[in-house]
Amino acid sequence: MKVGVVTFPGSLDDVDALRAVRIAGAEPVALWHGDHDLCGVDAVVLPGGFSYGDYLRCGAIARFSPVMTEVVAAARRGMPVLGICNGFQVLCETHLLPGALIRNDHRRFVCRDQRLRVDNATTAWTSAYTARQEIVVPLKNGEGGYVADSTTLDRLEGEGRVVVRYLDGNPNGSLRDIAGITNDAGTVVGLMPHPEHAVETLCGPSTDGLGFFTFALTGLALR
Amino acid sequence: MARVVVDVMLKPEILDPQGKAVHGALPRLGFDGVLEVRQGKRFELELAGEVTPEWLEQVRTLATTLLSNPVIEDFAVHVEDTNGRDVVGPGPHA
Repeated sequence: MKVGVVTFPGSLDDVDALRAVRIAGAEPVALWHGDHDLCGVDAVVLPGGFSYGDYLRCGAIARFSPVMTEVVAAARRGMPVLGICNGFQVLCETHLLPGALIRNDHRRFVCRDQRLRVDNATTAWTSAYTARQEIVVPLKNGEGGYVADSTTLDRLEGEGRVVVRYLDGNPNGSLRDIAGITNDAGTVVGLMPHPEHAVETLCGPSTDGLGFFTFALTGLALR
Repeated sequence: MARVVVDVMLKPEILDPQGKAVHGALPRLGFDGVLEVRQGKRFELELAGEVTPEWLEQVRTLATTLLSNPVIEDFAVHVEDTNGRDVVGPGPHA
């Protein structure tokens, strides 16, 4: 099983994401933003960081990079895509996911171990968890406030498309404590917290994040 | 040569923490009576030729796809002459 991780200019957590894929037992494949080639991967992770220096809007320029043309086309055909932090912002800019991420309401960068509740454990990326399972993974962002109009928010909640929700206080002003969402097929998932930083006890608060990567495998194997 | 200007602002209902930070600094500078500050972006596009309706349509497409995110932002397009003065109407020769 091959899982690609895209490196954009300014990506920060691409290597951690590749490592998480490897620890989970899949074959990590480094993808380059300038290529029109997904190298035959079965799934793609868009990593955290500051692609293109967060110029214009977070993720706005990365969204038009050559590799994203391929990622969007593959995602529309059902390929699983996980966007973490900046990757979530890119997915919103592509409109593969609804809504947008804006500057934290308290205007400060937040960096902490964040408790989350997995509200949807049936997506391609969260099937390793049980519904309403609580996990702790790092969160670090300056523009992580999830916003969408109330119709969209109602639809997301009504259709069970809120994947993870913040517990113990809202860290960035995200509407309805939303930390991550999915598309209607459950194949594309975006979240602000960083599961790839919680896959080993040596350098993470837990190994709670590993499930995002292990179940990409099982979920794919079932296809 | 002509200049088309695209102004992008967050929609009124979207929180603007940067604008709030600027607003918070005003009393320290002795500016009272400002009720709210909203911060936006201005893009100046220098065109090679005349501003035609086709050009304006292309700029609007650009504004919708790249310069603004319609989920959270509104934009306005206007034309300026080379001295930076507003050109009234959809374009000088439209």
